[in-house]
Amino acid sequence: MKKIVPQIITLLLIILVFAFFTFNANVNMSNRGMEFGYGFLKRAASFDIQFSLIEYSRESTYGRAYLVGLLNTLLVAFSGIIFATFLGLIFGIARLSKNLLINKFAAFYVEFFRNLPLLLQLFFWYYAALRILPLPHETNGFYNFYMTIKSLYTPSLIWENLDVFLYLLGFSIILIFIINNYFKKIQENKGKQYPILLISLIILFIIPSFAFIFGISSIDIEYPVYKQLSKTSGTFIGGLAIPPEFIALFLALSLYTGTFIAENVRAGIEGISKGQKEAAASSGLTQKQILNLVVLPQALRIIIPPTTNQYLNLTKNSSLAAAIAYPDIVLVFAGTALMQTGRAIEIVSITMATYLSISLAISAFMNYYNKKVAITEK
Amino acid sequence: MIIDKNTAKNDVLTKTYIGIILISLCLLNIVFASFFSVEILKFLPKKIDLSFTFIIGLIGLHLIRSEKSDIKFIHYINTNTNNNNFNGFLTLCILLLILITIPPVINWFILDANFTGDSKDACTGSGACWTYIKVWMRRFVYGMYPNEEHWRINLSFFLVVGLGLIGIFARGQLRKFITLYYVIIYPIIAFLVIYFLISGGSFNLVWVETGAWGGLSLTFIVSFFCLIFCFPVGMLLALGRRSSLPTITYFSVCFIEFWRGVPLITVLFMSAVMFPLFLPEGVFVDKLVMVIIAISLFEAAYVAEVIRGGLQALPRGQYDAAKSLGMGYWRMYIFVILPQALKLVIPGIANTFLALVKDTPLIFVVGLLEIVGMLNMAKTNPKWLGFAMEGYIFAGIIFWIICYSMSKYSQKLELKFKTDR
Repeated sequence: MKKIVPQIITLLLIILVFAFFTFNANVNMSNRGMEFGYGFLKRAASFDIQFSLIEYSRESTYGRAYLVGLLNTLLVAFSGIIFATFLGLIFGIARLSKNLLINKFAAFYVEFFRNLPLLLQLFFWYYAALRILPLPHETNGFYNFYMTIKSLYTPSLIWENLDVFLYLLGFSIILIFIINNYFKKIQENKGKQYPILLISLIILFIIPSFAFIFGISSIDIEYPVYKQLSKTSGTFIGGLAIPPEFIALFLALSLYTGTFIAENVRAGIEGISKGQKEAAASSGLTQKQILNLVVLPQALRIIIPPTTNQYLNLTKNSSLAAAIAYPDIVLVFAGTALMQTGRAIEIVSITMATYLSISLAISAFMNYYNKKVAITEK
Repeated sequence: MIIDKNTAKNDVLTKTYIGIILISLCLLNIVFASFFSVEILKFLPKKIDLSFTFIIGLIGLHLIRSEKSDIKFIHYINTNTNNNNFNGFLTLCILLLILITIPPVINWFILDANFTGDSKDACTGSGACWTYIKVWMRRFVYGMYPNEEHWRINLSFFLVVGLGLIGIFARGQLRKFITLYYVIIYPIIAFLVIYFLISGGSFNLVWVETGAWGGLSLTFIVSFFCLIFCFPVGMLLALGRRSSLPTITYFSVCFIEFWRGVPLITVLFMSAVMFPLFLPEGVFVDKLVMVIIAISLFEAAYVAEVIRGGLQALPRGQYDAAKSLGMGYWRMYIFVILPQALKLVIPGIANTFLALVKDTPLIFVVGLLEIVGMLNMAKTNPKWLGFAMEGYIFAGIIFWIICYSMSKYSQKLELKFKTDR
């Protein structure tokens, strides 16, 4: 009895609050002549999106606009994650360096970028730093890379039969997994070691290159070419144009998140006691074996969970894109589409559900990983 | 033998001296080139200038490297920055980077900068235009709050800080009530002070709507209230998540995971465009209040997870001991568990608060302009175009000082509590 009463009270409270809000929403919406429903997703969006990975035009539907925004979010999150990991690894290891200057330099990077609001950094890159860049007709370029105030123009790759290459790449990755597991079993059973990394790299390079050797796929490089429009203005044609919004967001996100990852890396490596290394050395392992078999597996166990959390944070923080008009899901969908349709409840709930499912998926993966690498005590 | 030893020693010494000369040549060249724009190595072709200096420096570092040097300073350099070729290379890279970047930065910041005047025309130099900051200073700190009423913000700021510091001076019997004071009484007083003093409307004070609040003072107000509100909510959620009653546990888990799973910007969007639909007709909630509630709930979920970590870290014996003394649920938590658990998680909570302060600029989404928002507005003023850089650097310095001191303080606390256990 003592346990049931409080539960019933909470349940009633929750239901009451929900009922109150739903009732109000119903009244408000019928007063304003609005209907609840997701049918608007199939209507034509009739607005433009500056930057899109898939085909999109004014005639496309709101659903398509949602997809464009989602892909843009994922693009900036993915590239940010890669660069942040790179920065984090380098500066995390640098903070453990015995070299005083390098150590302090890394500490400066971490303390500097970690203690500034991300939004401020984003504005700084977008409105201050990238605005100093030259106009297209004043730029000189660097090996066919042109940094201009309008975009960063880089050479682009034009693929023929890209899918064959991708299939082969996927196949080689699966093969590497299988081989790795096989070698791991051998190592566990017989104690014999093979150069797994080398073999994996060879497979990763050789199998996809079959596509080129047999002439099925091919790459052409297209360079951006300057075209004079009038006396004082011009533009680049061809190649790949990366908008400054993307660059600013990418830089801000990865520099900011890199500091946290650097701290994780440092904590992970510091977290392994000296005794472990000494025990490994005294049982006759070489320096390389100590690193690969003793230090790294344990360090990764400490590093990966908080780092996944940082990846998640980076993905969520990419929603700041709305502040500098990078067409991510918040700007395209919760911004423009909401203004046009006025369907606040539907659109905000879809946007939130999207982020929620991304983060739940990542945390589910993290739980799985934690279970896998947890030390099983006998 | 003795002669041999001496010659060997002499050899090392000569090597060291040559090394020192080479390094100083390298550094001098860079310093002269970057500080005074004078190139000592002018006689060399231009292309190999920098790389040549670099190689000279590398050779120098290689020469002075030895197991044990008699000169103390060289020994210090060797052990700390120059213990092998790779480290020497990195050291030189960083030194050059610093030497090359410092002069233009100093020039821009101080030497070529403008400090005087009160309009854009005063800024003629190639450096920063701090005049812009000077002219806009009041707006950056107080937002659109009327000029003649600024004393109200200052006064309430001092009152709130002063009331917050009272706890330090409490002695003897009064110390018992310190928690009660900080958790319940202080927030209420602070709210009343800010409501009556800054908002006005009574006591002969002019009413100032929240839309006019802004700048740095709004940053402080929002972070202060969110900080006060998110803590008790987070604590309740943490207790709820560990409760033995399934409904409460599930509710807490859903609540926490929901807020942790969505970005703050969508939460603010929700509070601005979606939440008004859920209110009864004619009921209107102030924008600022809504934002404070939204951010508090958002941060409460993070605080809850941090506190849960502390609760889990406590040994079971503490719970058992409290129960065996005949304590009920609330008595057990208030007098035994929470005081210990909270002590454990202070650094984590400080980090959450730090994140909160860094998140406050996001309130621009609903149209409230704290300092970053004011900067963006000032930047588009037609009389003051083109000073975005100065503005962001100004705000950056302020935020950096606040956040850095907070994080240092939390690290200090962490060390202090570590030794206690």
